[in-house]
Amino acid sequence: MTIAWQHFTPWASLAGGMLIGLAAALLILFNGRIAGISGILGGLLRPRSGDLGWRIAFLAGLVGTPLLYSLWQALPPVQIEAGTPALIVAGLLVGVGVRYGAGCTSGHGVCGLSRLSPRSLAATMAFMAAGFLTVYLLRHL
Amino acid sequence: MSKLLLSLLSGLVFGLGLIVSGMSNPAKVLGFLDLAGAWDPSLALVMGGAIAVAMPAFWLAGRRSTALLGEPMQLPASRRIDRRLLLGSLAFGAGWGIAGFCPGPALVSLLAGQPKAWIFTGAMLAGMAAFEVLEHRKRPAPA
Repeated sequence: MTIAWQHFTPWASLAGGMLIGLAAALLILFNGRIAGISGILGGLLRPRSGDLGWRIAFLAGLVGTPLLYSLWQALPPVQIEAGTPALIVAGLLVGVGVRYGAGCTSGHGVCGLSRLSPRSLAATMAFMAAGFLTVYLLRHL
Repeated sequence: MSKLLLSLLSGLVFGLGLIVSGMSNPAKVLGFLDLAGAWDPSLALVMGGAIAVAMPAFWLAGRRSTALLGEPMQLPASRRIDRRLLLGSLAFGAGWGIAGFCPGPALVSLLAGQPKAWIFTGAMLAGMAAFEVLEHRKRPAPA
């Protein structure tokens, strides 16, 4: 294994991670809700009355962030190497997978691990392993 | 009202965290998932930083039955580790490894001038809708 020191951003990544943790802390302590993006988004597809507002407000904040950020400074690069067919396959797999798996990087990886949930640990190990394996297969075989 | 404002604030802080951490850049995510290449360990620190801050909050939350704004505390009750959880998570991880996008970063990239993020997000929503259809079909009709 070689480390890509030129790409390593320990402080920015740690600070960004702490902001994500802060967002999850705010949502659970004040609203009693888990900051799991796939759960919040997926819940919109099976609407229940009284359960929509907070989801839409959260997602509006998330989607609107780059607009606010760019008022303050230039957005960092978003480099998407995958072509259209790969993006479609990837999106379908992610969409179906996070709903059957009941969570993604945020719901299981951040909130679940923070709660010391064995179920979330199992899910996180599964999606990390699949992510590592997929990149290995696509880049090195 | 304050409940909605709090949700909006949480979404903004979450999105800011994704941008600042580098997690909203698929190339950086793939650099983390590429253990056999030139490995970029940054994203381990994203998760570590997030958990360090969130863990005490969830510890407190676990001790309360209502949240600070009066809503019931809704912590997941399921502890089941079954095929559904594992196969779903494996599929998610495979898709994550193909494009470098998980749901949060895809949504944050929509208004960052990234047409490709719309393609991914459209497919992701289609996948979520497929799940809803399959779930409803499976449910037995009431007797």
